[in-house]
Amino acid sequence: MADMIEIEILRYRPEEDNEPWLQTFQVPYRHEMSVLEALSYIKDELDSTVSFRWSCRMAICGSCGMMVNGVPKLGCKTFLRDYIPGKITLEPLRNFPIERDLVVDMSDFIEKLESIKPYIIPKEEKSVCEGEYIQTPAQLAKFRQFSMCINCGLCYSACPQYGLKKSFMGPAALALLYRYNADSRDGGQAARMKILNQEKGVWSCTFVGYCSEVCPKGVDPAAAIQLGKVESAKDYVIAMFKPEE
Amino acid sequence: MDHSQSKRKPFVRPVKKSWWLKDRFYILYMLREGTSLLVAIYAVILMVGLLRLSQGEVAFNGWLAALTHPLSILLHLAVLAACAFHAKTWFALAPKAMRIFKGDELIPEKPIIMAQYIGLAGASLVVLLFVLLA
Repeated sequence: MADMIEIEILRYRPEEDNEPWLQTFQVPYRHEMSVLEALSYIKDELDSTVSFRWSCRMAICGSCGMMVNGVPKLGCKTFLRDYIPGKITLEPLRNFPIERDLVVDMSDFIEKLESIKPYIIPKEEKSVCEGEYIQTPAQLAKFRQFSMCINCGLCYSACPQYGLKKSFMGPAALALLYRYNADSRDGGQAARMKILNQEKGVWSCTFVGYCSEVCPKGVDPAAAIQLGKVESAKDYVIAMFKPEE
Repeated sequence: MDHSQSKRKPFVRPVKKSWWLKDRFYILYMLREGTSLLVAIYAVILMVGLLRLSQGEVAFNGWLAALTHPLSILLHLAVLAACAFHAKTWFALAPKAMRIFKGDELIPEKPIIMAQYIGLAGASLVVLLFVLLA
């Protein structure tokens, strides 16, 4: 018989439960098995009512974020072998409302992503006939890392400031904001600086740094926010010397 | 869309006051921020010294004598440890606030962190020479 591993899941069924509770499952262990595969086993073989999000199984879609033994991780990129011997506790991503079982309501995060104008606003409109907006590799290198975000929300679960104050724009949205502001083809900086300069913008960040630690794509949102603080401070000083409009 | 028949009932988990005790990363963060308390106490001690200096030689010598008390030495050792820990965390975080490019390549964090330690050693040496030669 295969070795077994104990997996605890924080269950919450809104039509029956008033608060979440832990349910334990015994799953046959394989060396190459991911947490996401273990969840699929549970759903197929043990309890079909367990809900969780997933899609690509290769850390691209950003759907299967969850707390694994208290740490925000992607289920597909986390392997049972790293928790042997011992049990695994799976909980929905921290700092988000629980919709059902491991599924959270991310709408606040998505609205924040949308609010930072996450698209290139050209400095001057060009017609298609005039050709592409050219960019050199050096210009690309300035922001490329910050464009790797898959919107999984792990950084919001890692951020105690977001947990304590939901108005904070949060790591991923601010990293994406920096990504567009640092793009040589973009001319939307003035509009985005208004968002970044606010108390709920970069200045709510106290540089805990855990967001960068848990990021599965090496985006380093903490760095983007600190660079944002530098830009915000510069913006403030320059504004002091500008005549009133 | 009509949501009046919705079965949705999102559950919001409360953030407990002890949230930072759950994770080693958060504990170290709180320690880092907590070092500011000891540094603030040290700043007050220095300011009292300045005040005593303005009140004359007897007052200042009294302040100097108070500093030699074992409790005072213990406090200063704690302040030194707090400052050293804060400096270490600060040095480690500094590269995140300054991205330096060499051509298309981002300079890695390690040389930037090392440069700060070299700077610290250089500054300490200058201060030491100043104290010894003055």
